[in-house]
Amino acid sequence: MKTFYGTELPNPLMLGTAQYPSPAILEQAFRDSGAGVATVSLRRESGAGQTFWQMIRELGVLILPNTAGCHTVKEAVTTAHMAREVFETPWIKLELIGHTDSLQPDVFQLVEAARILTEDGFQVFPYTTDDLIVGERLLEAGCEVLMPWGAPIGSGRGLNNEYALRAMRAEFPDVPLVVDAGIGLPSHAAHAIELGYDAVLLNTAVARAGDPVLMAKAMAQATLAGQLAHQADPIEARDMAEPSTPVVGKAFLS
Amino acid sequence: MKIVLNGETRDVRAETLAELLEECGFTGRVATAVNEDFVPSSLRVAHKLADGDRVEVVAPMQGG
Repeated sequence: MKTFYGTELPNPLMLGTAQYPSPAILEQAFRDSGAGVATVSLRRESGAGQTFWQMIRELGVLILPNTAGCHTVKEAVTTAHMAREVFETPWIKLELIGHTDSLQPDVFQLVEAARILTEDGFQVFPYTTDDLIVGERLLEAGCEVLMPWGAPIGSGRGLNNEYALRAMRAEFPDVPLVVDAGIGLPSHAAHAIELGYDAVLLNTAVARAGDPVLMAKAMAQATLAGQLAHQADPIEARDMAEPSTPVVGKAFLS
Repeated sequence: MKIVLNGETRDVRAETLAELLEECGFTGRVATAVNEDFVPSSLRVAHKLADGDRVEVVAPMQGG
C-alpha cells in the first residue's frame, strides 16, 4: 500500500467532520467505520472550538486540516500556517475555490500555493480536478499526493468522469491518489478504489445520511471491497455474452 | 484603541496581541492573524497592535 508522506493509512477511508447531527454521532461514525483520517477546519473562535478539538484528539485519528473557503493564494497560505500551529501537523488539504456554484478548484492558484507551502515544509494534499497536466504541475511543485474530485463537493454524484480518473491512475502509477468530493454512495467509493485509487475522502454522504453511523460503516466496507477487487485483478467488460457454463459435454436433447 | 476583532470593532486597552487575547478571554487553542498576516503564538507577546488593526482569532472547527 502506498504511503501518504511516509504514513500508512489503516484503511482507504478519509472522513470529514462537518454537518453531523451531533458530536456523539460524529464520534460513533469514526469509531464504527475505522476511518483513519479526519478532515477539520479553522473558523473564528466562538467558544465551540475547544470542545471539538478535545473530541477529535480523543478519536486518535490522523488530522488533515483544510483551507476550505479560500479563494486566493494569500488566504490559503495564511490559513495553512494557522492550521499547522493549531493542529500541530504539516499536513494540509489545500483547497482553493475558483467557482462559486461548482466549488471547482482554481488550479492555477492551487499550483502556486502548493509550491509556496511545500517550500515552507508543508505536506500538501491538493484538492484538484482530474486534469493530467495540472496533476503534473502539482507534483513538480512538490506535492506527493493528488486528490482529484469525483464530482462537485456535496453533490453525491459519484465519479463524473471515470475515463479521466482512470487516465490519472495510469499516468501517475506511483503517486498516492485520493478521490476527494462527490461520493454519494458506497458503490461510488468502491468504484474509486476498484480503479486503483488509494483512498476516498468524503463527508456529506455520511454526515447527511439518515443514519450517519450506518453509512460510515457501509462506506468503510465498500472501500475494503474495492481494495480486494483491485488486488484481485478484475475481468475486462465485453459487449457480447460469453457462456460461463462449459458448452462441451452438454447433453444432446433437441 | 479601536481594533477589528473577528470582524467586530472593539475598543480595547491591550497594546500587544497577547494582551488582546487575554483581555478578550481567549484561553484555548487558537491561531492568530493581524491584517491578513499569520502571527505565530511565539510572537504574540512582542506583536504591538495599532489603531484600526484587523485581528483574526481562529480555532479548530468541523470541516470536510
